Amino acid sequence: MTVARALPAMLVGLILLFLALPIVVVMVVSFSSATYLTFPPPAFGLRWYSVYFGSDDWLRSTWLSLWVAAAVVVLATLLGTLAALGIARLPKALRVLASALILSPLIVPVIVVAIGIYYAFARYGLVGTPAGLIFAHTCLAVPFVVTSVNASLAGIDPRLEQAALSLGATPIGAFFQITLPLIRPGVLVGALFAFITSFDELVVALFISGSGAVTLPRRMWDDLLYQIEPTIAAVSTLTIVLTVVLMGCAHLLGKRAAA
Amino acid sequence: MTGAGRGASVSLSNLERRYDRVAAVAGVSLDILSGEFLTLLGPSGSGKSTTLMMIAGFETPTGGDIAIDGKSVVAMPPYRRNIGMVFQNYALFPHLTAADNIGFPLKQRGVGKAEREKLVREALALMQLPDHGERYPRQLSGGQQQRVALARAIVFKPRLLLMDEPLGALDKQLRENLQLEMRRLHAELGITFIYVTHDQEEALTMSDRIAVMNGGLVAQVGRPEDLYDRPGSRFVASFLGESNFLPAIVRGVEDDIVVAECEGSIVRALCPGRPATGEKVMLTTRPERIRFADGAFASTAPQNRLSVTVTEAVFAGERCRYMLQARDGTAMVLKEPSSAAIRRRAVGERTEIAWSVADTILV
Ligand SMILES: Nc1ncnc2c1ncn2[C@@H]1O[C@H](COP(=O)(O)OP(=O)(O)O)[C@@H](O)[C@H]1O
Ligand SMILES: [Mg+2]
Repeated sequence: MTVARALPAMLVGLILLFLALPIVVVMVVSFSSATYLTFPPPAFGLRWYSVYFGSDDWLRSTWLSLWVAAAVVVLATLLGTLAALGIARLPKALRVLASALILSPLIVPVIVVAIGIYYAFARYGLVGTPAGLIFAHTCLAVPFVVTSVNASLAGIDPRLEQAALSLGATPIGAFFQITLPLIRPGVLVGALFAFITSFDELVVALFISGSGAVTLPRRMWDDLLYQIEPTIAAVSTLTIVLTVVLMGCAHLLGKRAAA
Repeated sequence: MTGAGRGASVSLSNLERRYDRVAAVAGVSLDILSGEFLTLLGPSGSGKSTTLMMIAGFETPTGGDIAIDGKSVVAMPPYRRNIGMVFQNYALFPHLTAADNIGFPLKQRGVGKAEREKLVREALALMQLPDHGERYPRQLSGGQQQRVALARAIVFKPRLLLMDEPLGALDKQLRENLQLEMRRLHAELGITFIYVTHDQEEALTMSDRIAVMNGGLVAQVGRPEDLYDRPGSRFVASFLGESNFLPAIVRGVEDDIVVAECEGSIVRALCPGRPATGEKVMLTTRPERIRFADGAFASTAPQNRLSVTVTEAVFAGERCRYMLQARDGTAMVLKEPSSAAIRRRAVGERTEIAWSVADTILV
């Protein structure tokens, strides 16, 4: 009886452990005092954090990744939300087609997308520029925004908008006063995914960041290729903390919108 | 007309809405008077909602015209029509409190905050919800949500209020209370109400006039008692209340009374037209207007009589309901107010029934 009840709990515990353990290892290693990657660390210290914060290259890449991701959030959220709103108004057959087209970057292997983007952008001198990264990442991020805004829209009674119009709101007024507040959780989640998509993106960056626009994932990749030292663990830990904080914010905002 | 001038008049001429090949509304012409309570009554799919949505401006007619106070509104967007509307599922904004829901139309019209709060308070009081302003829709019961939706639709003093099955989702008791409340509100505001329902009892109770719809057309328009007493078609007779239908053959016409042969007897019926002798027609009469005519039965009014056999007898509290069979096999229903003093009829009993000529209609 008790065993039967404990078994599922144990199973869930094991799965969670399996998912979380690598993160824990990375975090522990980041506080290592050793000069090479080893686990468990012989002693603890902040030396790799000071290497990171003392390195212009690392900081420049971090800064680039942050503001590229911020730009992607703005662009992808705007485009994705508008696309979702437009798709919802299409006749059914067209709706399926339009959704499939917008989701295609998720279906085509990233490496194929990356090669395509590389050749296309090379022609317009966008390779090795932040603008190129922003455009490319926006393509990858838009599907996430569309999907999450779509899910929010599906939960809204279309009569609410009609009610607003019948009460004298203009279509734009109805959107900002009724529709937007109701889909805000979906928009926020979409924006968060857009941020993470860009901030975490490696494959496309490998192709198009060149030497002029080296993003954080790209620098981590290079670092792993040429030298293996715990700086990367420190960077990873900082990235994980940032992501968790963002997720937490989105969760809280979503909760308040639902309340 | 009470409150004339405060309510808008609405004129539908040949109004039509087609989807591909089907016509949801197939040419409706209807004049709704200022301050009138008009109900669109009809079975599901008869085009009531589509008609209402065209008046509100959410559907574009594929033909015909809608005029409010004599001016065509077909080209006017819904937000400029200044029409109150109550939806079946209330359509309250879930992220706004009851007070903000009611204040919404005022805000769109640029009414200042202080004035808005005053009007919202008045509307809440009118709806008997003075302490519910700060609640969100999901914290209100169905009946309270309905009242907030109603308050929101009238707070900006529209001259026309549209309602699409507003009581459909409520239980019977609440529905009856709100029906009375809506009548009261209609009298108080003096504005024009257009009310959609498929519930004939609701339509009969509340309306000044009823337009019975069927298949995208108006089958008949009139005051409730006129429609009930003189249905113009078999459809209206059966949809509005319960009716008996008796096949008959015309034997002659005397003034506006038709004389027909029915189940081996001669019966008389009111008839607006002049059917030809020998024509096969259908007569209709209401179950509660037929009486057993054996024993001590006397009447001064001209009566129709038939001999029948009782095939089923059901006691239903306030009345007894009998299924009868006429000589040629036509089934009829008779409803008799119940009383301990009246002998209950047994199944298989042969007897006579009678009903007044004024309650017999040729349809
Ligand atoms: N958007 C639409 N597309 C196709 N047919 C429709 C549409 N809206 C309504 N109809 C059809 O029009 C008819 C009338 O619908 P409606 O006005 O909703 O009827 P009611 O409100 O009387 O139940 C129905 O047969 C319905 O199937
Ligand atoms: Mg309907």
